[in-house]
Amino acid sequence: MEIPYAIHVRPDTGVYNAKVGIWLFLASEVMLFGALFSAYVLIRVGAPPGEWPHGWQNVTLGTINTIVLALSAITTLMAWVACKVRQFGKFKFFHACTLLLGLAFLCIKGVEYYDHLTHYEIHLAGGRIADGHMLENNPKADYVVIDGRYVDNEEQLIDLRAQKNIQETEIKIPRADIKDMQNYGPWHNDYLALYFTMTGLHALHILAGCIVIGYLWGPGRKLWAVDPEHFTNRVEVSGLFWHFVDLVWIFLFPVLYLT
Amino acid sequence: METIVHEFPPYREHEATHAHEAHVHHEDIGFWRKYVFSTDHKIIGIQYGFTALCFLLFGLFLMLMMRWQIAHPGQPVPAIGPLLAKLLGQPAANGVISPELYNSFGAMHGTIMIFLGVVPLAFAAFGNYVVPLMIGAPDMAFPRVNMASYQAYFLGGIVMLVSFFIPGGAAQAGWTSYSPLATSIPTDGQMFWIIGMVLLITSSLLGAVNFIATIIQLRAPGMTWMRLPFFVWAQFVTAFLLLLAFPPLEAAALMQLMDNVVHTSFFLPTGLAVGGQLAHISGGGSPLLWQHLFWFLGHPEVYVLILPAMGIVAEIIANNTRKPLWGYKSLVYSVLAIGFLSFIVWAHHMYLTGMGTKIATFFQATTLAISIPSVIILTCLLISLWGGSIRFNTPMLFCLAFLPMFGIGGLTGLPLGLAPSDIYLHDTYYVIAHFHYVVAPGTIFALFAGIYYWFPKMTGRKMNEFWGRVHFWCSLVFMNIVFMPMFAQGMEGMLRRMANGGANYSAARVPGVLDTLPNDIMAMNDWILWAAIALGLAQIPFIINLFWSIKHGEPVSSDNPWQATTLDWQAPTPPPHGNFAEPPQIYRGPYEYSGPGHATDFTPQNQPGSSPTPQTATAH
Repeated sequence: MEIPYAIHVRPDTGVYNAKVGIWLFLASEVMLFGALFSAYVLIRVGAPPGEWPHGWQNVTLGTINTIVLALSAITTLMAWVACKVRQFGKFKFFHACTLLLGLAFLCIKGVEYYDHLTHYEIHLAGGRIADGHMLENNPKADYVVIDGRYVDNEEQLIDLRAQKNIQETEIKIPRADIKDMQNYGPWHNDYLALYFTMTGLHALHILAGCIVIGYLWGPGRKLWAVDPEHFTNRVEVSGLFWHFVDLVWIFLFPVLYLT
Repeated sequence: METIVHEFPPYREHEATHAHEAHVHHEDIGFWRKYVFSTDHKIIGIQYGFTALCFLLFGLFLMLMMRWQIAHPGQPVPAIGPLLAKLLGQPAANGVISPELYNSFGAMHGTIMIFLGVVPLAFAAFGNYVVPLMIGAPDMAFPRVNMASYQAYFLGGIVMLVSFFIPGGAAQAGWTSYSPLATSIPTDGQMFWIIGMVLLITSSLLGAVNFIATIIQLRAPGMTWMRLPFFVWAQFVTAFLLLLAFPPLEAAALMQLMDNVVHTSFFLPTGLAVGGQLAHISGGGSPLLWQHLFWFLGHPEVYVLILPAMGIVAEIIANNTRKPLWGYKSLVYSVLAIGFLSFIVWAHHMYLTGMGTKIATFFQATTLAISIPSVIILTCLLISLWGGSIRFNTPMLFCLAFLPMFGIGGLTGLPLGLAPSDIYLHDTYYVIAHFHYVVAPGTIFALFAGIYYWFPKMTGRKMNEFWGRVHFWCSLVFMNIVFMPMFAQGMEGMLRRMANGGANYSAARVPGVLDTLPNDIMAMNDWILWAAIALGLAQIPFIINLFWSIKHGEPVSSDNPWQATTLDWQAPTPPPHGNFAEPPQIYRGPYEYSGPGHATDFTPQNQPGSSPTPQTATAH
């Protein structure tokens, strides 16, 4: 039994089945990320004045990641075009580029996550706050060492946009002085909760895209010999998904990094 | 998959076929591939249907346990009590349902009935089995995605069931899982609920994509949009609701999971106190955000429950009145209008959150607007009965009961759609009575009708008519005795979700206090219990009939025992993998009954020739 229009377009609708399927799937993805963006708007609007963090992200790394994804969008498109004109060698090259760019994005994201998770805000017994990256945190030792600075109150940590050239030094803090210590994970505040949830879900989508692209580049390419038309459709559908994931980043970047 | 369709015996239209011998599969793919890991839309439909019926029965059992506790708070459950104590331990100590267990049963009754029972049965089971047949397709557009959809559903069901047996038991925060309550309860049940829901949402997403793609792409030649049976239209709109309304709940579930597991504060406000202690959280979250995201799914979900039921009723009414449906086009445009409007009414569940009168006015307006297409559909179905020579078989009886029962459910919803009256009725038994009239004697009756109606196509045999009628009349009577008193209880102010059925607000408990619940209102709890037990017993004839008829029911004499016009009845019985021997060609609309100048009183959609009458004209 063969499903009609699985490969060739249906004349009156002008598309093949999988293309309808992926567009519908992307519509539901719009609603999924749309709900998260709505949550962002509601929580940010509801935050008390002066409590929404600014300048907490590394804009350089974010910009590099934006460029990485933009390039990968081009290589995905070129891979599909290569299939269309039946140049399999070019397809392999461009698809490998997409895959590497996707993995590069995930690595840079990982660096950013590591940076946040090793960044601590330490409330001291005297009322001051030590803020910086953990260098030594041996549970057996009676001190911790951070590379950071002292501030007088939490407000000084909220808006970092105006604070250029923050001087960071190595600070040794006895554990007895520590009232409360927390890293900049999703539990730290709602901004970071949104940051980790939204970029985390987006990173999962990148990972899923990498798996699909890797499959088409690797074991999945056997289909090319049998049915190039079918294979080209698969490349097109995976490309549509990849473009969507890129597009989500185009919204995430300004919302989380630049405002 | 390798089967060649042309190997099947030639397709005969009205002659007797020995269904079981003539249409045997020529596939030899083994038991597991054929029945368990099947990609055939009909097997998947039956898998969905059987699993969903089991969950409906389980939901009924939870309801009986709760009704016992409401009528006899603190007393051990007779007969089943010791078993509960053994299985669930502390929460059911000595066979008594503790308030925590009551909360679990309440939350899981709602979750199971909606997400594991009615939606899979109405949308996935009937949709899978019937839609490809009705549009003349060989299968769904993505058969393997279809299989994955069922597997995700099954796994989600397992996770929900397992959660009853973990320490602390299943989720206790109601089927709506409002935060911060859902995050504050210190057991793991909520986590299982969220993971189960994510699996169920995945399942319905895969199903929805598949249904829409199938209906757009796989319609047989000549099957134009306005020749689609109304059932297909209803499933089409339902699939869009599932596709677009479920993802926000998935996002909300993800955020609640983050709240529960990594201690974020998406839904936890600053200064939240749990158990008299200030919670150790960062705060700043919004409990209302959860309610918005939940009801953005929750209200379209109501139409996911009701639209397939309306589709089934429309098919059966057209068939058994032997007349075209009155106002086919109005039905189609109404169902599209409902689909659109259902996305902008959600906040009528939230009038009590202090949303302000301007926003409340908007949602009141949209809520009343959506009742217009609903009323059009019901009116069309009612007028379709006019002047027909109605065949009163079991499916038709269920459909005829659907009309007034859904009518009661719908009309009692109007006071809930208007903020001033809703503020009084909110969270009382009136609400329970309202939505159960929509779903239980409404949707579930239509689903029963669908089972009795399509059973001969699935098995080649009819279900027993006498026991069908016993099932119908007993269900109708007891259903009403269960739900009708709840309107009175709600209007007296009895609140939902009380483990002792309102005993601590009763006149007997606190005499001399104003506005307590009078004795006659409290006494209704007792009748409801007995009617609920009788309703449960009334399902026994159905269950026996369903299984007995597979082997011993009256065999059908043709592929089209109801003499229907739609394509599902023109396929062989039961349809083989690939459905039609020859791809069908469609020549006419879906409901050409009693057309003058024809030898029979029905003209199947694939019968060549011109249409003698326009769609809506009837021969009164």
